Amino acid sequence: MAFDQDTVRRTAHLARIALPQTEIPAVAEQLERIMGLVEELRAIDTMGVLTMAHPLDLDQPLRPDTVGNHDQRELLMASAPAAEHGLFLVPKVIE
Amino acid sequence: MASCASVLAGGGGLSMDWEVVIGLEVHAQLNTATKIFCGCPTAFGAEPNSHTCPVCLAMPGALPALNAAAVDKAIALGLAIGAELNRHSVFARKNYFYPDLPKGYQISQYELPVVGKGTLTVQLADGVEKVVGVTRAHLEEDAGKSLHEAFIGQSGIDLNRAGTPLLEIVSEPDMRSPAEAVAYLKKLHALVRYLDICDGNMQEGSFRCDANVSLRRPGAAYGTRAEIKNLNSFRFLEKAIEYEIIRQRDILESGGQIVQETRLYDANRDETRSMRSKEEANDYRYFPDPDLLPLVLDESRIERIRDILPELPDAKRTRFMSQYALTVYDAGVLTAGRFLADYYEQVAAGVDGKLAANWVMGDLLGALNKAGIEIEDCPVSAEKLRLLVQRIADQTISGKIAKEIFEEIFYRGGEVDAIIDGRGLRQITDVAAIAAMVDAIVTANPQQVADFRAGKDKLLGFFVGQVMKASQGKANPDQVNAILLERLQKS
Repeated sequence: MAFDQDTVRRTAHLARIALPQTEIPAVAEQLERIMGLVEELRAIDTMGVLTMAHPLDLDQPLRPDTVGNHDQRELLMASAPAAEHGLFLVPKVIE
Repeated sequence: MASCASVLAGGGGLSMDWEVVIGLEVHAQLNTATKIFCGCPTAFGAEPNSHTCPVCLAMPGALPALNAAAVDKAIALGLAIGAELNRHSVFARKNYFYPDLPKGYQISQYELPVVGKGTLTVQLADGVEKVVGVTRAHLEEDAGKSLHEAFIGQSGIDLNRAGTPLLEIVSEPDMRSPAEAVAYLKKLHALVRYLDICDGNMQEGSFRCDANVSLRRPGAAYGTRAEIKNLNSFRFLEKAIEYEIIRQRDILESGGQIVQETRLYDANRDETRSMRSKEEANDYRYFPDPDLLPLVLDESRIERIRDILPELPDAKRTRFMSQYALTVYDAGVLTAGRFLADYYEQVAAGVDGKLAANWVMGDLLGALNKAGIEIEDCPVSAEKLRLLVQRIADQTISGKIAKEIFEEIFYRGGEVDAIIDGRGLRQITDVAAIAAMVDAIVTANPQQVADFRAGKDKLLGFFVGQVMKASQGKANPDQVNAILLERLQKS
């Protein structure tokens, strides 16, 4: 797979990574090598092999549906850069 | 086909037929006590951010713990639609950035959802049944809420809803008209409430619907679809699809192409409009969430849920038809909601099922509709209505008097028997008393009697009316009829 510079820019944007223009060619080359490894893996016949979603051979434990958390808003919001009337404030977002 | 007819009805004067293809994605908020991955309460309407913790705020190092009740409710839905329950399902991260999604990803299910293929049978207006395929249903977490109005240049974020369990139920593109889409949504809405897995409150957003709509020539491959969001009522779903059919038809017939995009329905303008210009917004880069292990369903868990499933709408409808001798239509109306069905059964206990059905569907639902009240908040208890119907059946009062009493107890309250006795509304069934009233009316109207005997049969109604008026509506109408006919035949 050709990892061209446009794909790098797009991928960086999706991940909200500010990638300087000068670094794009080098990142494209690195990603190209990673994709090469992925291509190698994809060439292996995995028919009939169950997808491994997790390296641990365990099942997801379940939690009973009982309320265990109490209001700690003040404490939890203490590290927020901006908050008012119990709301976190962020730069305006309008769809 | 109904499909083509609906397009024709919507547009009028079409030169060529189009078939509309509709699939629905429904997000049902599961009515658990706590969130899907943490022990925060899910109650609606609390102080902003008071129902949050390090897990649902995405504090570094906080790990999700899956809620057993959310899993059980997903199993219940799967069993109710005869779906494959995947014994092994996987949680995945759906990556996108929005301030009401603190982790920068939503925990969802992608390649291996908990519920696989199933079906939902819906009843259409013409009495025809249609089987709609359900592709899958998967567990995921809801996002928080953004408030844009209160702050200048900033948005306020309330994360109380973040982490509320959702079951996303995805249909096959099997619906062919707005009416079919509405019928499917109503059926699913009734089902989640029967199962008690979701409160179904569309206003508060507990039951939300997106519609995928495309047009094609009948028999051709599927056309490009638009996804319509923000459909928080059955009416809006219908209106939005009708609008979208005409919009897409106009584009296609003028040689244009449909753009695959997300559109927002604006109820005030009754139109859909493009929502996102960023085409890469839909590149979610799903991958299995390393914080969660695969969800394994064992047979005992599934059987335990199967054992406690309530009687479902289709089974209840069939039972109502045989047990109460109701038509398929009446049984369908009365089983549309679990509360209404239970109410009806209480009214019908010990009285004629059809008479009870007429009262519940006619007077009761009519009055509720007029007053804008839901059956859950009905001012007349089922027991009280049962007694009223009982009093008609045992001939204590006439149907007409019963309607007056119903108005009284619906709007002002009171007890049925107390009103009957207090106002002397007891029906007159004494033959001698009725005969006396009949004779008085016959004597007072010699001309009408002569006309009747000369063949003007319609005058019987006049005589019945006069006698009923003289008895203040209390004479038994059947007896009045019989005695009148006897007297009028005499010459």
